[in-house]
Amino acid sequence: MGGDRIFTWLTAAMGLVVIAVLGAIAIELLVGSGPVWSRFGFGFLTSTQWDPVKGLYGALPYVAGTVTSSVLAMAIAVPVGIATAVFIAEFAPRRIAAPITIAVELVAAIPSVIIGLWGLLVLSQLLSQNVEAPIVNNFGWLPFVGSSATGSDLFTASLLLALMITPTIVALSREVVSSIPRMQHDGLLGLGGTRWEAVRMVVLPAARTGIFGACILALGRALGETIAVTMVIGNTGKVPTGLFDPAQTIASQIASNWSEASIGLETDSLVALGLVLAVLTVSTVVAARLIMHGRGPAVGAPA
Amino acid sequence: MPAPNVAGFHARDEAPSQSATEPAGRPPLRAVPANGDLAGTAAVKGHVLLADVTVSYGKVPAVRGVALDLAPHSVHAIIGPSGCGKTSLLRAMNRMIELTPGAHVSGRVELDGRDIYAADVHAPRVRRVVGMVFQRPNPFPSMSIADNVSAGLRLGGGRRRGVDLNQVIETSLRRAALWDQVKDRLKSKAMTLSGGQQQRLCIARALAVEPSVLLMDEPCSSLDQIATRKIEELIRELSRSITIVIVTHNLQQAARVSDTTALFLVDDDDRHGYLVESGTTERIFNGASNELTREYVSGRFG
Amino acid sequence: MTASTIALGHLLDDGVSDRRRRRSELGWVALCAVGSALVVATLVLIIGCVAANGIAAISATFLTQGVVDYDQGGALFAILGTLQLVPLAAALAAPIGILAGIFVAEKRNSRVAHVVRVAAETMSGLPTIIVGVFVFTIIVAPTGQYSAGAGVIALAIIMLPVITRSVEEILLLVPGSVREASLALGIPAWRTSISVVLRTALAGVLTAVMLGVSRGAAETASLVLTAYGGGQAGNFGDLGSPTDSLPTFIYANSISPDPVLVTQAWGASLVLLVIVLALNLLVRNRSIGRRAI
Repeated sequence: MGGDRIFTWLTAAMGLVVIAVLGAIAIELLVGSGPVWSRFGFGFLTSTQWDPVKGLYGALPYVAGTVTSSVLAMAIAVPVGIATAVFIAEFAPRRIAAPITIAVELVAAIPSVIIGLWGLLVLSQLLSQNVEAPIVNNFGWLPFVGSSATGSDLFTASLLLALMITPTIVALSREVVSSIPRMQHDGLLGLGGTRWEAVRMVVLPAARTGIFGACILALGRALGETIAVTMVIGNTGKVPTGLFDPAQTIASQIASNWSEASIGLETDSLVALGLVLAVLTVSTVVAARLIMHGRGPAVGAPA
Repeated sequence: MPAPNVAGFHARDEAPSQSATEPAGRPPLRAVPANGDLAGTAAVKGHVLLADVTVSYGKVPAVRGVALDLAPHSVHAIIGPSGCGKTSLLRAMNRMIELTPGAHVSGRVELDGRDIYAADVHAPRVRRVVGMVFQRPNPFPSMSIADNVSAGLRLGGGRRRGVDLNQVIETSLRRAALWDQVKDRLKSKAMTLSGGQQQRLCIARALAVEPSVLLMDEPCSSLDQIATRKIEELIRELSRSITIVIVTHNLQQAARVSDTTALFLVDDDDRHGYLVESGTTERIFNGASNELTREYVSGRFG
Repeated sequence: MTASTIALGHLLDDGVSDRRRRRSELGWVALCAVGSALVVATLVLIIGCVAANGIAAISATFLTQGVVDYDQGGALFAILGTLQLVPLAAALAAPIGILAGIFVAEKRNSRVAHVVRVAAETMSGLPTIIVGVFVFTIIVAPTGQYSAGAGVIALAIIMLPVITRSVEEILLLVPGSVREASLALGIPAWRTSISVVLRTALAGVLTAVMLGVSRGAAETASLVLTAYGGGQAGNFGDLGSPTDSLPTFIYANSISPDPVLVTQAWGASLVLLVIVLALNLLVRNRSIGRRAI
């Protein structure tokens, strides 16, 4: 049928557009960063210098900032997220579970620039006075504490990141937990178990893989988050050595420096940073897909 | 007791009575005394008593006004067509019914003289003492065979003092007639077993916590004939030490396996289940008092 | 046996370990509840701050005037910018996304469809700053200026995978029997896809587009690199010149030392938040069992 053929080709063509756009982005990242790799090689990844005047560029501080802020964010978001998901899915009475679910989704819906604004103008001020100043002044000599009490540092950025990725973990974990057959859960209750024991011994082990995949996806989100982080992380070129040190992620470095960057090696270096970030985030998507392959509902439908 | 002439009925071995207070042979079924005085009944372990029990979901009753006296160390069958509330009633006996939102039980359900729905009795405690085997085998998939069996014992989060888990695992698997088949692969995952084996694993798991009563909800309905036969033999064997209540839609199975039978039907007007008649299996199948019973067991309807 | 059993207590009495297990359960459930409360409390806190601080900025001037003389005037340019960029981007991304979603949903065995699905999934995980870099390189750099058109393209690229995947999910929920019934009536396959299957899933497809729109309205990073020209633009309708938008307005003014501008940032946040939350709640009402991630 002519109509069918045309329609099929049309939809296929649109599908190809999706592939083409992704491909174009990949190509552009590779080509655009070419000069950087040929100039610095892998040294780009290990160098800590970012000096447009001297023409020296290195990614290490930003990779370090990205990784540490994301790991710290995960350290907070994973327990809180899983706890929330378990609470909603297993323990909360319906009247409470529904509002909590909505609340979590609304957190996800808040634009990151607004979270950044709040983080900059409210959270960092609160933290600076009540948390950071006391700790830095008294314990600043301890390792991993850091030196900044301004509130614009790794700590604040990690908190914001944690807030932003928690809904991902909650939503996906809740789905996975709900998909564990009730029969297994009830089986433990039939032996005289409490509801918590049924969750701990039967439901969570069965949901382990799915929850892990959810966390990997959340990690990917954390790695790539730009605006909120840029607003509170302190915009420095140094590798952070302490919790209360200013830092910079790959994304925030690109965002901060792009407009003033001179066309040429500097922009190419920013593109190279983008490539590194793209590789990091795409790896998490691929890893999550592999982990969750064939398990339950489709992973991570987008917002 | 002379062997009744219902086809397939196995003559039951008479286990000599151990307790001085237990009457010789089986305590005859009788209606619950109106004044609720159980003084005449020895409070042996595993005596289940239902008095005017109604199970409803919201305002809709599933089964109404049930009075049953289930003597210890016997197999009690509950039969009837689908929709008569058999499963609801069974789940009311170990408070699993509470897991269904809106479910409500009225009347008295007593275990050894104590109302299991009393305010100071906790549901997990009831379920520890009144075990359950579900319709479809439900071993815990993330656990090995051994861990499945010992799951009920590990609920405290650690070993109970003085309990040798391995010994209990072996004993339970032997009682469930599964030991020989799995003794070499106790660490492998439970899901590698066949359906019949999984169900016996679930029975072993239930036995490991040493319940006084074991509730079985159509335990053979998803199994083949051979597996079914094995489990029926198991039931007969277990009833020497445990009270067993088995819901089954299979009349022949009820006749084969049980000491007493209770027939439920659906009330035409109100669409709820009710107890038609209960008594020794022999009497129910060969000369019941109620005409409906006679018709049902002879297959004339249902 | 029985007399001594009664004397020791009923087997339905609690043991020591029963009480311990119950207390342990209470503790863990309380912990989980605290986690949930943290999330909810933070949400309330943020919305509260935005509302409290933003109200001060909302005025007729704020909503009807663009930036005048550095810190006089209001957010009109930003509002108009968002109103320009987002619908245009949606108009570009929605047809492509819907058709691509149909392709992936219907041709499930095709290897090409599989690649499309993976591409969409990958794209939706790509940080938006990278999309900004991409569009900058292919449009802004050659043309020599930031432009609304570049911003539209960037937003469209960001919306595209969201719409594609959501549409695929929605279409998969339509029972196969609907399709079969239509085909059995002699309706050609392509017509079935559009008039029957799509129409059945229409609410879900609209949801998909709205999710995409919601994401586009909130998008900042890529716009900073493409459409944002410094915030002064007022050429609404000219795709070739730069334009402000609510998110970039907020971003730029948030770091300003001028408290008036900071207040304006709060005000714009309030406007943006209202828009985005309204969209989100609308989506919630329209659809069954969806979640925004």
